[in-house]
Amino acid sequence: MPFKVEGDAIQRSLTGQPGDPTEGRRIVISRQTGLCLLCHSGPFPDERFQGTLAPSLAGAGTRWTLGQLRLRLVDGRRLNPDTIMPSYYVLDGVVRVAPSFAAKTILNAAQIEDVVAFLSTLRD
Amino acid sequence: MKIGAALCVLLLSVIAVHAAEIATADRKSGFEFMGRDTQAMQTDDTSNPGMLNVLDGGALWERPEGADKKACASCHGDASQRMKGVAARYPAFDATAGQVVDLGQRINLCRRDHQKAPELAYESRDLLALSAFVARQSRGQPIAIADDARSANALMQGRKLFNERMGQLNLSCAICHDDNWGQKLGGTSIPQGHPNGYPLYRLEWQAMGSLQRRLRNCMIGMRAEPFSYGSSEFIALELFLMQRAQGMAMESPAVRP
Ligand code: HEC
Ligand code: HEC
Ligand code: HEC
Repeated sequence: MPFKVEGDAIQRSLTGQPGDPTEGRRIVISRQTGLCLLCHSGPFPDERFQGTLAPSLAGAGTRWTLGQLRLRLVDGRRLNPDTIMPSYYVLDGVVRVAPSFAAKTILNAAQIEDVVAFLSTLRD
Repeated sequence: MKIGAALCVLLLSVIAVHAAEIATADRKSGFEFMGRDTQAMQTDDTSNPGMLNVLDGGALWERPEGADKKACASCHGDASQRMKGVAARYPAFDATAGQVVDLGQRINLCRRDHQKAPELAYESRDLLALSAFVARQSRGQPIAIADDARSANALMQGRKLFNERMGQLNLSCAICHDDNWGQKLGGTSIPQGHPNGYPLYRLEWQAMGSLQRRLRNCMIGMRAEPFSYGSSEFIALELFLMQRAQGMAMESPAVRP
């Protein structure tokens, strides 16, 4: 799905639809799909294992617009070239990818939209 | 004066590139990141599951093998004397092989050339047992990788691989083990990634395993295609990790979660 970066954001939904925040929450806490809690913590009292490599996701929806959250997920390198956060929706610049993940983005367009929708509900 | 200033700039730029490398005084074995129970399991030989493997290795050390019916002991004698400190020097350049080899490969060279016996497969019970037995003789000894021009290329390659991003998640070993050790990845403490305990018993595996098996686990976590056992990439990474841990005490057979 093509997308257009304007400044620090991608304004248009990758699917043309708003995402589903319930599904987005499931992706964020999942160790197989989102992997977010490997690095981040957040307002997830039931999740015992959370990371300390990155800022808490609490309040992300207050700090950032939908468009900013979308670019952060799609390709955080545009915001910080040295970021350790994976680019969830671009393929370029990665090497030696395991065959089972080759030529696949970490999340698909619908999943990105679900996560964006969920993050925007995280208000302090 | 001018030369001094130029040198200063040069040094600064070198420091900038490797700013994240762990200072010698800050290095900590994986042992220090474990819970008390796991530590106790390692230090008490009667509860350390790796010691069974060491005992197996001791029996293999004495057992005549191959066409010439020679045992390791026939040539090397008392391992506690003759193998002391040896594992702490590997990987090392080997004149017979004409390349850098790790301890397992060195043992296999003896199998092939000196015992006329078939080589043992990577991660096979017997190779792990012999490696653990030999490495046990270095317990407490400081890692002592030789400063050898013949291994300089491998060392350079290992350092490069350690710092290079790879896999779908686009992470490098250094991001976790140099820049974020002590942090929590999910619920797990990130250790500094030192090789001083191998082969070791990992509770998650419920088995002994080599350093290369551990590295494969990390690469799978990065969603990278792991290097194959015995590949020059893995030997280079092992060499770099040992050099990075130079002077740290050997612990094999260690226990890790
Ligand atoms: C490998 C570690 C890692 C993973 C995995 C990761 N992130 Fe991040 N993330 C970071 C870091 C580090 C930052 C801080 C900014 C930077 O360094 O680029 C960050 C920044 C962010 C920010 C902006 C933080 C703020 O409010 O200032 C958001 C939002 C975010 N990540 C969401 C996510 C989501 C959602 C996921 C999972 C789909 C995820 N991250 C996965 C490391 C990670
Ligand atoms: C995303 C973070 C991460 C990356 C990237 C990573 N590792 Fe690890 N590594 C870990 C964690 C966490 C452990 C400890 C696992 C456990 O205790 O269950 C570990 C364990 C190790 C150990 C074992 C240390 C011991 O005390 O036994 C070594 C060696 C190691 N890693 C080397 C590497 C190398 C080499 C690479 C690059 C190919 C790498 N790691 C990439 C997180 C990482
Ligand atoms: C016939 C004699 C002989 C036998 C049998 C033999 N080796 Fe060796 N081993 C040598 C010699 C000689 C060397 C020195 C390197 C060379 O010339 O190959 C050596 C080197 C080694 C080294 C490296 C020592 C160092 O200081 O770097 C190790 C480890 C080793 N052998 C282990 C073993 C093990 C384990 C066995 C049994 C599986 C074994 N050897 C069987 C003769 C033997």
